[in-house]
Amino acid sequence: MALAAVTVLGVAGCTRPAQYEGRDGIFDPYESGNRKTHEFNRDVDRALLRPLAKGYVAVVPDGIVISVGKFAENLGEPSNAVNHLLQGNVRGVGRNVTRFLINSTLGFAGLFDPASDFGLYPDKTDFGETLHVWGASEGAYVELPVFGPSTERDAAGRVVDMFTNPLSYVLPTQEAAAANSAKVAAKLGDRGRYSDLVDSVLYESADSYAQGRILYLQNRRHDLGMDTEDTYIAPEDVNTQGF
Amino acid sequence: MSRFTRRTFMATSAAALMALALPLPAFALNDAEARGLVDNLVSEINDVIASGKSETAMYGDFERIFRKYADLPYIAAYAMGVDARRASDSQKKAFTNAFTGYISRKYGKRFREFIGGRLEVQGVKQVKSFYQVTTTAFLRGEAPFEVDFHVSDRSGKNLFFNMYIEGINMLLTEREEVGSMLDRRKGDIDAMIADLAKAG
Repeated sequence: MALAAVTVLGVAGCTRPAQYEGRDGIFDPYESGNRKTHEFNRDVDRALLRPLAKGYVAVVPDGIVISVGKFAENLGEPSNAVNHLLQGNVRGVGRNVTRFLINSTLGFAGLFDPASDFGLYPDKTDFGETLHVWGASEGAYVELPVFGPSTERDAAGRVVDMFTNPLSYVLPTQEAAAANSAKVAAKLGDRGRYSDLVDSVLYESADSYAQGRILYLQNRRHDLGMDTEDTYIAPEDVNTQGF
Repeated sequence: MSRFTRRTFMATSAAALMALALPLPAFALNDAEARGLVDNLVSEINDVIASGKSETAMYGDFERIFRKYADLPYIAAYAMGVDARRASDSQKKAFTNAFTGYISRKYGKRFREFIGGRLEVQGVKQVKSFYQVTTTAFLRGEAPFEVDFHVSDRSGKNLFFNMYIEGINMLLTEREEVGSMLDRRKGDIDAMIADLAKAG
């Protein structure tokens, strides 16, 4: 685990711009390759994910789609706790553990989220964030096959997160398989429930690759607390003459 | 110099103004006004969401809300970016108009997804020369998330000039999209405006 982390830190640090380069804080030296992956992802979505997801949310009642999502989310809490621990975020660990205990019991094995009713809202994290806390730079933007928009740092984090969930070491094979199915179903549920939003980015924007890239980077930097007040756009920044 | 910072200068000037009992300038936006603007904006958005009108009727309502509360010339100018330098005044006007319809449809669609949910104003704080009004969106089956409005009196009126949804801001995102639309038309501004009128 520690060895993996060190390796990953080395990988995450391999493409390191002094500052964000290019327009709007985007560092995308692999753009041509990324665009090919994007076309592949769009084909997969169009042919497989989108129709499956639409069918899934059309057939399965909304309450069950949400419960499956919650179930998968609950199974991720131990991984969140481990990463919060690695980040030295004690409050985060406390929240993840408490949520896991409440939702696994009162929430019928995580199908419901009573913890949120008590004001204990989800606090997700991952090894990509841990790398950020440890000081690794974001690296270049990358679009991963199937998983979609990412950065070098987050892609490395994804690899390590295959090993950060304690549940994966204790669950018997059958239960582990069920957990993985739930995760896939949760992804389909998200794709189905936010169908219009995802469609608008993938199929209605002038350049879906560029839109996906800027949406991901902004949202991710926000989640990691990288968008400070200095990054806000001020009302004096452009000349409005003629508009 | 080191102790006479911009902040102390502002504080001193403000104190001097108070001492002279001068009426505060009408354009001085404050916390309460910025919050009030977003309170009204949010309540109008919530009304439209709850109205149960057809999709097209809702877009009309959202466009009216955008025209009332948003600093459209600023948002349009930012979205056009450096290409504005080679645009004529009539192109700029046509762009602002087409862009307004476009963002009303595009963001109206997103607000429509708030059906059954609500926006709640949380707080306001001054950032640089403007105010940030933080609201929380509560949607069914979702962890609550932040929607922020940045409010300025740059234009002489109190209007919002940017909106952040979970860190994603409208200005940057739309400048990217308008840039892509221009690229697709090989830089032809009129063709881009025609596309914009149909997009969103």
